[in-house]
This record gives sequence, structure tokens and C-alpha cells, in this order.
Amino acid sequence: MSLAKVTQVAGTAVHVPGSDIDTDRIIPARFMKCITFDSLGEFAFYDVRKNADGTDKPHPLNNPRFKGANILLSGTNFGCGSSREHAPQALYRFGFRAVIAESFAEIFFGNCTTLGIPCAVAEGRDIAVLANEIERNPALEVTIDLNAGKVFFEDQEFPISLPDTALDALTTGHWDPIVGLLNNKVAVDKKIRELGVI
Amino acid sequence: MGKTLFAKVWESHSVATLSNGQTQLLIDTHLIHEVTSPQAFGMLRDLGLKVVYPQRTFATVDHIVPTDSQVSPFSDPLAEEMIQELNRNVKEFGVTYFNLASGKQGIVHVVGPEQGITQPGTTIACGDSHTATHGAFGAIAFGIGTTQVRDVLATQTMALSPMKVRRINVDGKLSPGVYSKDVILHIIRLLGAGGGKGYAYEYGGSVLDGFTMEERMTVCNMSIEGGARCGYVNPDEKTFEYLKGRPYSPKDEAWDKAVAAWRAVASDADAVYDDVVNIKAEEVPPTVTWGVSPDQAISVTDTVPTLESASSEAHRESIKEALEYMKLEGGAPIKGTKIDVAFIGSCTNGRLSDFREVAKFLKGKKVSNQVKAIAVPGSQIVDVLARKEGLDLIFTEAGFEWRAAGCSMCLAMNPDKLIGDQLCASSSNRNFKGRQGSPTGRTILMSPLMVAAAAITGTVSDAREVFGL
Ligand code: SF4
Repeated sequence: MSLAKVTQVAGTAVHVPGSDIDTDRIIPARFMKCITFDSLGEFAFYDVRKNADGTDKPHPLNNPRFKGANILLSGTNFGCGSSREHAPQALYRFGFRAVIAESFAEIFFGNCTTLGIPCAVAEGRDIAVLANEIERNPALEVTIDLNAGKVFFEDQEFPISLPDTALDALTTGHWDPIVGLLNNKVAVDKKIRELGVI
Repeated sequence: MGKTLFAKVWESHSVATLSNGQTQLLIDTHLIHEVTSPQAFGMLRDLGLKVVYPQRTFATVDHIVPTDSQVSPFSDPLAEEMIQELNRNVKEFGVTYFNLASGKQGIVHVVGPEQGITQPGTTIACGDSHTATHGAFGAIAFGIGTTQVRDVLATQTMALSPMKVRRINVDGKLSPGVYSKDVILHIIRLLGAGGGKGYAYEYGGSVLDGFTMEERMTVCNMSIEGGARCGYVNPDEKTFEYLKGRPYSPKDEAWDKAVAAWRAVASDADAVYDDVVNIKAEEVPPTVTWGVSPDQAISVTDTVPTLESASSEAHRESIKEALEYMKLEGGAPIKGTKIDVAFIGSCTNGRLSDFREVAKFLKGKKVSNQVKAIAVPGSQIVDVLARKEGLDLIFTEAGFEWRAAGCSMCLAMNPDKLIGDQLCASSSNRNFKGRQGSPTGRTILMSPLMVAAAAITGTVSDAREVFGL
């Protein structure tokens, strides 16, 4: 199984402001009644995007100016709450390929990395600058360069950070750990016997 | 230099260092349920993989189960499809399954301990963020995503980065009417919903020592609401006593050997922690949430925060958002806030001791006719034991509905849902927007006895006053 190396994500961005945006917000539980992830995209942020009658609420993700954005900007502790992979799956299927926020909840971060979605941490003021720029010009080309550890747009840039393990996994194409885990089968069997688990 | 339980378990379960520097950790016990496992089994099929150690995975069905009638087919075709899929997967892959007919079904975090599957010094994983509950037994228990569920099924291991350990001591004596739920809500209020990031929480101190296993589970359960990846209490005599004689507990000679090993795995007296937090039990009030994040909590005697009390612009924004959503007035007392629904249940507070404690005070009282009140046992076994003691009758006579086991209104993936902007006094663990099934539904988290007090008065109330504690 060989995976694409995720070194850069380029495209347009949309800003969903707020802190502690939780996984129930990203994908309300009632849409988790499914046995595949395939149709989750349309339900991303559903309750903050839609009225009870299915019509649109004012929300950045409903704004036609930001249609097609593949980079999501947000605040602190993004993705807190549940371990549901439905959240990153919904974002991925909505079209997002990267998230830039001030901080991330851990399980969400790990789930994203495992799907090859970089979650880059940036300073709030840098995110605010970029948010302003895209507000002015939604077509602004934004590039996240993981190797350079920077986000570029027009003649501006700001630093981002990811833990080394995630950075390595993404940029070397090892973000899905299954191959590495399967490779150590002999050591696993030995460990299980040693610990008397079975 | 002494070691923490976390360090000991981590070291003994490390299989290898992966190419990105993460640790490949052996998972002793894997618990699964119907919501986060179907896609993982799908991935196994796609990759042509098997469940490598099926005897180490245990399944139950909890989230989507209706609690008025557990008879299949369910009225909700999507729920029916999910349970059918689980039935198919456990059969095809040879996994032990506590199904609805087993008499052992229940919320996965209630079932594991009840069956003696949850044991000290082990690693446990489950595609569910409240897996930390099992930490009450001195297990290192992680909530994981579906791709990791696949990893554990296929390899009995997963990739993880090490974490720091924060020791949280709660010492002293809790006041009457203050429960383990208040302790954990208080901890989260102090340290923040993101405060545990990068940490495993080790809870200890005289209060935790004095807690029953069920009280310890309530505390560990909400570690994730404090941002910690897992939380645990060191195993002690209470732990062993609880486990003795349970279906999956070691027997005879193996029992003595196991207890010796469990004793040894506890943190050493001179263990070194990355951080230590000390909390005085006397300072823990009956705590309630007022906002949409579990750290937005206050004493039941407090007033709701005002915008002016904010410490920063971002803080002000979050208060504003929470007040608007909750339809609360900054500066108003939380006590007296009208409620519509009262829910006692969930993996936080749906165990026998929770219903027993409430029943002690509920006898002879009546639920307000303005309130819909439901009591949902965490497992079929809790249900049977509660009925044996007549607890169900005390609840129903007071005006609660006594339901069948499941997650129910904790996240409302079954028919138990808030309607419109109903406000629910809830013994569960999350007050996120829309959590209880209605996009505008509102949740106030509190201890089970406080839920009962609110059910009786129809408003958020101080259980100490309502029940004369
Ligand atoms: S009771 Fe609630 S928190 Fe616990 S497993 Fe069920 S849905 Fe999750």
C-alpha cells in the first residue's frame, strides 16, 4: 500500500471562526447513523448551516463566495469532543484537505493525520490576517507548505507547526499506519505471549 | 526514581518504534459498538485483512438502541441497518458479542467493567471517546477513531505518541450533596476543556481513595471533557474486590497472580509527574454547567457569568455565544432556571449506585408535571439489579419513566431526543450544542441527585435544599 506524500496543500480557504468547535458541531450525531462514511460530506456543520426546514442559515460554508474552499481556518481547541472519525471524514468529503487553527483537540488531530489531512497550528493573529485577506478576496490562492513550515498567500507568509510525528507521517507518505503495524506481526505475537494476554 | 502506572503500562506494551517516531502499542482489550465499527470492518474487507486476535475484541450495541422497546426490527430503518451490520460483522470475524438477547447488553463502558473485562495494568481501546472510563481500574484506556479501530482489529496494536502525566489530587472531605460528578465537573472547570491536552490524568488523593469503583468511573469518564487523552486511578483493594468473581476476571491461582501483578503496576510512591494539581474537597460545590462546553460550569449557588467578566475578547465571544444559545441571562442565578426534561443515565451516571443514591431521596416525591423525566440504566444487568431492589418502582412512582438499557438521550441517536429548544437537566457528560438530538436543544450537566431535584421542582435546584441534606 503506497500513499501519496502530503507536502503541500494549495487552494482557497474559508474561515469558520470560534473556539472549542466540537465534533458534534462538525457532524451532529444523528447523521452518524450510517455504515459507510460516503455521504457524510453534505452534513458537515449541518446544524449551524441549516434551519430546521432545510433552508440555509448565514454561515461561511454556505456563502457562495467561499464555495470550493479546501482549507479550513478556525480558532482554538478545534475538533474537541468525541473520537468520532465521522468528523474528519465529513470535512474531507465536504472538500477540505487541510485545517489551520490555533490549536486542535488530540484525537481529532490524530484522526485527521491518519486520513492524510494536515492540521496546522498557527498564531491567532496570523489566522486573523489571512481571514481578512480571504474576506476581501475569496479566490486568494493559499499554499500550506509542510516542509517549509509555512503558509503562503500573495506576498505574505506565516509560520505553522505540526508535531514531528505527524509531519513525518504526512510528508513521507506514511500517514496511514497500517503497513508499519502489520510489518511487526512477529513482535506483536511475541509481546502477547510475554504479557499473557491470550 | 519511581514510575507512574502510565509509564509502566506504556513500557510493557510497547512493541516497536514506527518510522515516524510513534510507538506501536499493544492493545490488550478492544471494545466495539455499532456506530464506529462498521466502517472499520469495511476497511478490513477492502484490504483483505482479518481480525488477528478475535478473542480480544468484545462488542455490544448501545448508541442506537431504542429504550422503550428493544425488539428488533427497530422502527428506525437506519438503526436497524446498523445493528444488522454489527450482527453480521461479529459473526463473520468471530467476535464475542453482548447482544440484546444476552442479558448483558449495555453501554460499552458499563459492560466492560461489569463483565470483568476491564482489568488493571492493561491497555484498552474503543472507538468511543469515553473509553477513559475504564481507567478507574488502573487501565490505560483510549478513545480512538474508526481507522484506528481497523488498526486494532487487524494488528491488536495502534500507533500512538507518548503523553505526559498530570497527577490530580483531591484531598479532604466532600460536603453532603456533593458527588463524584461534581468533582470531575469542578476539575474541568478549573483546568479547562482543553487543559488536559497532551496529558494522561492520574486521579488520586483521599477523596479518590474513598470513592467506590463506580464513583471513580464517573470521574475517569469525563477525562476527555477536560481534554486529556485518558485518565486513571491506581488499582487498590477496592478494585480487586470489585473484579473478584466477575465472568472474565481471572480465577483460582490465576487470580492471586493477577492481584500481585495489579498491585505492582500502581504508580510508585516516589513516581515523578509532569504536573501536579491539588484540589481541596471542601471547595467542590454541587456543580452545574451553564454553557455549551463542559468547562462552562459554576456552583449551583452562583450566577451565570456576564460578558463583563470575560478575561479576553475570545473569552467574551464564547460567553456571548453560550448565553445566546442557552437563552440565559448573564448575571442571573442559575438556580430557578426552568427545565423541560430530566435525564438520568449514560456511561457517566447510569450505574446501579447512581440509581440507588437518587432513590434514597426520591421516595415519596413527585416529578413536576411540567417535566418529562427518564431514567435509563446503563446496562441490562444494571436494570435487573435495580429492579431487584425495587428502584424502578421508586422512580416510576415519582413520575420518571424507567427505560431499557442504552445511551439514550446522552447523544440521542435513538428516539430519545429533546424537541426544539427544550432544556434538559442531564447526568450525562456533554452539553454541546445539539448534543441531545435537537439542533437547538439545551443541556445542563449535573449529578444524578441534582437532576432529580430539578425534575421535582421543574427548575435547576440545589439538591441540598430540595432534599434537606
Ligand atoms: S452514554 Fe453517551 S457518552 Fe457514553 S458511550 Fe453512550 S453516547 Fe457516548
